[in-house]
Amino acid sequence: MSNNKGSGRSLFKRRRKLGAYDWFDYLNTAMMLLLCVVMLYPMWHVVCASFSDGVELMKHGGNILLAPLNFTFDAYKAAFKHSLIVGSFLNSVSITVGSVAVSMVMTILCAYVLSRQRVFFKKFFNLMIVITMFYSGTLISRYMLITQTLGLSDTFWALILPGCLSVYNMIIVRTAFEGVPDSLNEAAYIDGANHWQVMWKVTVPLCKSTLAVMVLYYAVPVWNSWFSASIYLKSREKLPLQLVLREILIQNNIEQLGLDAINIAASIEYAAMIIGTLPILLLYPALQKHFTKGVMIGAVKG
Amino acid sequence: MKKDNLVTVLKKDFKRNWMLYLMFVPILVYLIIFCYWPMNGILIAFQDYRPRRGIWGSDWVGFKHFKAFFTTYSCRQIIGNTLKLSLACLFFGFPAPVVLSLFLNELKSRRLGRMVQNITYLPHFISTVVVCGMVLNFVGSEGFIGSFYNQLTGSKGSMITRKELYIPIYVLSNIWEEMGWGTIVYLAALLSIDTTLYEAASIDVAGRWAKMFNVTIPGILPTFIITFILRMGRILSVGSDKALLLQTDATLEVSDIISTYVYRRGIHDQSWGYSSAVGLFTIVINITLITITNRLSKKVSGNSLW
Repeated sequence: MSNNKGSGRSLFKRRRKLGAYDWFDYLNTAMMLLLCVVMLYPMWHVVCASFSDGVELMKHGGNILLAPLNFTFDAYKAAFKHSLIVGSFLNSVSITVGSVAVSMVMTILCAYVLSRQRVFFKKFFNLMIVITMFYSGTLISRYMLITQTLGLSDTFWALILPGCLSVYNMIIVRTAFEGVPDSLNEAAYIDGANHWQVMWKVTVPLCKSTLAVMVLYYAVPVWNSWFSASIYLKSREKLPLQLVLREILIQNNIEQLGLDAINIAASIEYAAMIIGTLPILLLYPALQKHFTKGVMIGAVKG
Repeated sequence: MKKDNLVTVLKKDFKRNWMLYLMFVPILVYLIIFCYWPMNGILIAFQDYRPRRGIWGSDWVGFKHFKAFFTTYSCRQIIGNTLKLSLACLFFGFPAPVVLSLFLNELKSRRLGRMVQNITYLPHFISTVVVCGMVLNFVGSEGFIGSFYNQLTGSKGSMITRKELYIPIYVLSNIWEEMGWGTIVYLAALLSIDTTLYEAASIDVAGRWAKMFNVTIPGILPTFIITFILRMGRILSVGSDKALLLQTDATLEVSDIISTYVYRRGIHDQSWGYSSAVGLFTIVINITLITITNRLSKKVSGNSLW
């Protein structure tokens, strides 16, 4: 990869002698633009509605929304004043940060060991891991393990520990680790470095892009998950944001949550959607420069 | 070189790699506790499991739970619903990223291509809860899709409570969420196509379509097949995440699928053995399907997972 700016770019650079557009090019461009509009509109609608005045929004009914109606921050103000939303937001942040940290350490350790050569038990380890891709118990057996055997119900560990090593992600990282030139490893070993030092000082820094992408890959599903939290967590002060969002958006419990003031009743749902999405969406641009490079390499080989 | 016996080999190996093995301990612990221990689900499926008595103290009942499941009225309906939903997702959702990446590949403007990529990735980051919240809002009688539909057909109420619309709504929102993200693997495969093939094709005065059918499509075919095999392995395991959020009592007849059924019977009603049996049945079917697809694809195209 000589072009550091990301190999994704070259896709559109290659065999393009910017010739004249023929009918297909115009059609293709038009279709792509249309696709963008279709993809974006639902999100735009949510953004506009979240900044709209609740009463106006209700009057507006089912019409297309192109801009906020009576631009206001009321819905956000109400949301940020609400203790359950703020508390669950913080819970989600701790769960996600904890989960990503555990997952990254596990993934790096596992990928490092499996990317070494001349390890007697490597085949056995590999087999052990591959088997889990096909079968690792049913929902019920996992539920019983966590609630009865380990007694982790109503703790964040019940959300963090199971599934903290994704085989798919580990394979991508292993592929990246295997791509580190052997000469670098050998040089470090000769200088007296042990595996632990080589891992943190040679392998990990050289595979930063891939690891940055893994942060994204681990963080998104954790931030967005609600199901395991709904079966393992009991106390309301421990709920993650997605479960509170479920109450607001799916079960429509806004009266119970005390969010039914007339000026926000209609717009609070949309503001909640934005609050639940924005943090994880912000992670993407931050990691995007690594993205094309890190994933493309892993995807091609893995 | 003298051939060492096993003990010396192990000793040497341990001397060289003891630190690696130490590093692998957390992974082993994790695998045993969270992946291998839950495999006792196989045993529970054949038991009248009582948490008090544990796995070794509970009564063995043979295939009772399986028989019970296959003779219930809802069994057929649930398996049918799962298949319908899964096949609809497969038929409409699976080709979407392939088609999109082919069209992206034909774009002449790099800037537009990048823009389309970034925009279509966005929905992937939105959580299932929020997506379902959006869907419920939009197709509701006050939403911009729902009110339009109601005007058009003269019906009332939310579209999500109509049985015939449940699967289309589910599938379309799935495509919206995952189409762009799904192109990543195919775009990566497109990148790995040897450029000289295109040059050679140009010399042979191959047009756009000839190039597409003779170079591009064969180039991404292996990736397509591998993803397809993996996808086949999940045909009965449509997740409960989205289904639980979108289903309403009015649509239960079409929206109740295996995973939601297992959830209801297992975690709500606490029939551990019974729901483990249903879960086990899904896994057996999945493994069978993935094996068959793999073998077929090996024979027909030479591509296989193992």
